[in-house]
Amino acid sequence: MFFKLIIVIIIFLSSFSIQTKPILTVYTYNSFISDWGPGPIAKYIFEQVCNCNLKLIGLNDGISLLNRLRIEGKNSPADIVLGLDNNLIDLAKKTGLFIESKVDISQLKLPIAWKNNIFIPYDYSYFAFIYDKKRITEVPNSLDELINSPKPWKIIYQDPRTSTPGLGLLLWIQKIYKKYSVQAWKKLSIKTVTVTRGWSEAYGLFLKGESDFVLSYSSSPGFHLLIENKKNYAAALFYEGHYLQIEVAGQLATSKNPKLAQQFMQFILSPKFQRILPITNWMYPVIDIPLPDFYNNIPVPKKSLQFNAEDISKYHNQWIYLWQNAVNQK
Amino acid sequence: MAKCCQPKVSNSIWPGIVISIILISITVVIFSSLLFFFSKIRWEEFIYDGYLFYVIKFTFIQASISTGLAIIPAIFLAKALFRRHFLGRKLLLHLCSITLVLPVLVTILGLLTVYGRMGWIFKLCNLLGINYNFTPYGLKGIVLAHIFFNFPLASKILLFSLENISVEQRQLAAQLGMNQWHIFCIIEWPYLRRQILPICTLIFMLCFTSFATVLILGGGPNVTTIALAIYQSLSYDFDLNKAAVLALIQLFFCLSVALLNQNLNIIISVGNSHNLKWKHLNDSNLLKLWDTLIISITIIFLIPPLLAIIIDSLNFRLLQVLHNIKLLQAFTNSILISINSGILCVICTVMLLWSIRELRLRHSIFFCRILEVSGLLIFSISDLVLATGLFLLLHNFINLSYLTYSLLILTNALMAIPYAFKILENPMYDLAERYNLLCISLNIKGINRFNLIELKSLKKTIGQAFSFACMLSIGDFGVISLFGNENFLTLPYYLYQQLSSYRNNDAAVTVLIILLLCFSLFILIKYLSGKKYD
Repeated sequence: MFFKLIIVIIIFLSSFSIQTKPILTVYTYNSFISDWGPGPIAKYIFEQVCNCNLKLIGLNDGISLLNRLRIEGKNSPADIVLGLDNNLIDLAKKTGLFIESKVDISQLKLPIAWKNNIFIPYDYSYFAFIYDKKRITEVPNSLDELINSPKPWKIIYQDPRTSTPGLGLLLWIQKIYKKYSVQAWKKLSIKTVTVTRGWSEAYGLFLKGESDFVLSYSSSPGFHLLIENKKNYAAALFYEGHYLQIEVAGQLATSKNPKLAQQFMQFILSPKFQRILPITNWMYPVIDIPLPDFYNNIPVPKKSLQFNAEDISKYHNQWIYLWQNAVNQK
Repeated sequence: MAKCCQPKVSNSIWPGIVISIILISITVVIFSSLLFFFSKIRWEEFIYDGYLFYVIKFTFIQASISTGLAIIPAIFLAKALFRRHFLGRKLLLHLCSITLVLPVLVTILGLLTVYGRMGWIFKLCNLLGINYNFTPYGLKGIVLAHIFFNFPLASKILLFSLENISVEQRQLAAQLGMNQWHIFCIIEWPYLRRQILPICTLIFMLCFTSFATVLILGGGPNVTTIALAIYQSLSYDFDLNKAAVLALIQLFFCLSVALLNQNLNIIISVGNSHNLKWKHLNDSNLLKLWDTLIISITIIFLIPPLLAIIIDSLNFRLLQVLHNIKLLQAFTNSILISINSGILCVICTVMLLWSIRELRLRHSIFFCRILEVSGLLIFSISDLVLATGLFLLLHNFINLSYLTYSLLILTNALMAIPYAFKILENPMYDLAERYNLLCISLNIKGINRFNLIELKSLKKTIGQAFSFACMLSIGDFGVISLFGNENFLTLPYYLYQQLSSYRNNDAAVTVLIILLLCFSLFILIKYLSGKKYD
């Protein structure tokens, strides 16, 4: 009996001693922490070197991450936020919650020069329309052709008010058509099947055959190639260029473990972490490392487009309003 | 001393009042936390914004059409199902509850497999050389989906009403040689009517606050409901005030419709019944044909999308997905949450009804209405507002990841109250009519009375309400998505994770699990709660 009691006490005490490692809390989006995302592998690799517990908390998407911070403010338990993108950077900066990180960004290899030290990129891709080669034989080679072609193509994209890809398309069209974007939207609306809340719904409908084209990423066919061994999905490449999405991480000023957070910010640029992104997040790495072989079958857009972050937050509502009215008047 | 017609003021008013106060305070606190989080509201933005009026108008039109088109066929189907007993009738009735409780996205994907651009109907038309140009998007699609969600359950509830009519009344009608039309007008209509308006309220509210359906099938920003506007204001702009005001507008309309319907609703007294079985007389071939037609159309409408869901899930990934430990976790969590929220929901509903009944018997209609409406409160607040409000309230005091279970159980239970309420309302009221005086004379009160009277005679109905509340929580995506979490999974949440990682085949398997779980839960609870009802 006495021994049993001792054992019970030891077990009881040991449950406390396990928790002595520091905890690093990272807010990210859901698909990052899912079984198939980069989360579990990243956790495993990072915990081997940091002597800490990496706690990954999954929220809906980039915008939810930002909104969570807007609510929590300085009381946020997060040390790192990973999953904002280049279109949200200005809004995120304005919260005043992020600090500069000392990560060496000279090793970055992005389509554009990165000049921001607060937010560190960890992967990128281009927005593109994905189609099924079995169904579409004559592929449009410009956004203009996709929009103006007399062909009865059907398109599904995401709502720019509720999703990052949707916002990407809004900016893409704004970038190419500038003051003529109203006409472009009107033309596009004739071909639009529906506008969904997020990426998953749109992609799901596309796979069901509800549309010929769906807005996604130029690297999306990678999933079908590697996991499903299907060669029939491809991204339509446009000569006007493709809007670039760069996903970034930032360190919070209120972090209780600034050293550890800094270590993590370094870690996201390490080859170990970068290597897993193309096969789990289906995006391109931001440092110069060789891509998996199957990426040779995925053409990369030659020209990238983007707005600077300040312009986006300045004109965002105006552009949304413009899109809303243009698409409404069918 | 109690007068014979006036039960004395008793403690039986308290349970409902307690629940009602809790519900009202939750609502008030959530709204105030949203409204006081940020700066002042810019009212002029609301007043001069034509878009808002357009959105309200559209939401109204959409909800009204959906409700009308769901309830009218439901009356015909209920009649047909009442008259006919055929092989598979029970299964059909089970399926009637399933459509509403599956995650919306799943059902819509099932509908699209049938009605979509490359759907079954398209393929069939292709074979026959017919041009198929129906698109399940825009208002058409939303209404179609809403009918699919609501019409089966409405039929089921109306069928119970018809079955509740005492056989003596039918015997009398037969003796008097009434024809079908007279029977319908004089006997069945009053019973149906007291159920139709409350169901209409519920369907209307569901369509009015519908969000996921509109987002997928809307077709674009010209199809925008208030719920969607709320979501948008909480998204990029993160305008909590605007969201709160929109949510209040939504609440106001929902509750107005509810109150209007409550006031139109008459309360009838139900006589005693000896629970005999009624065999339908003077059956004609024409009537047989008509019923067969109605039931066939229902089956043709109801089964294919569900079948599509099942066929989709029987893919090559089936076994691998079933082996996944995460799925097991999600499964266990879902079961725990659903059973608990089912129990909580039934307890709250019974407490509410207990007092409402008491107030009704005393004809204090005003308080009655307040309690009734408080049961609908949480249901008419959008999920997102509820979750954001809860988060705002709690995040400073406690780490919400410890509360995931309790919050999910609580919100799911509160969301399911209106349904449980509809299922239990009339049976409980009828029971009171029957036994109230007896209880008073024998001084049977409180929990004792519940055990002796309600539990004994309403076992099946309570079981039904319970299983429905459970199923609603299984399919509910819930507030969990907004709290964010580390390793906490429920089935719908897991499903979304699969979808957001390109794993559509795996997701289809998860859907099958949800479907089977709902179904088996339903059958199990039915079995446990004694004799069959339908």
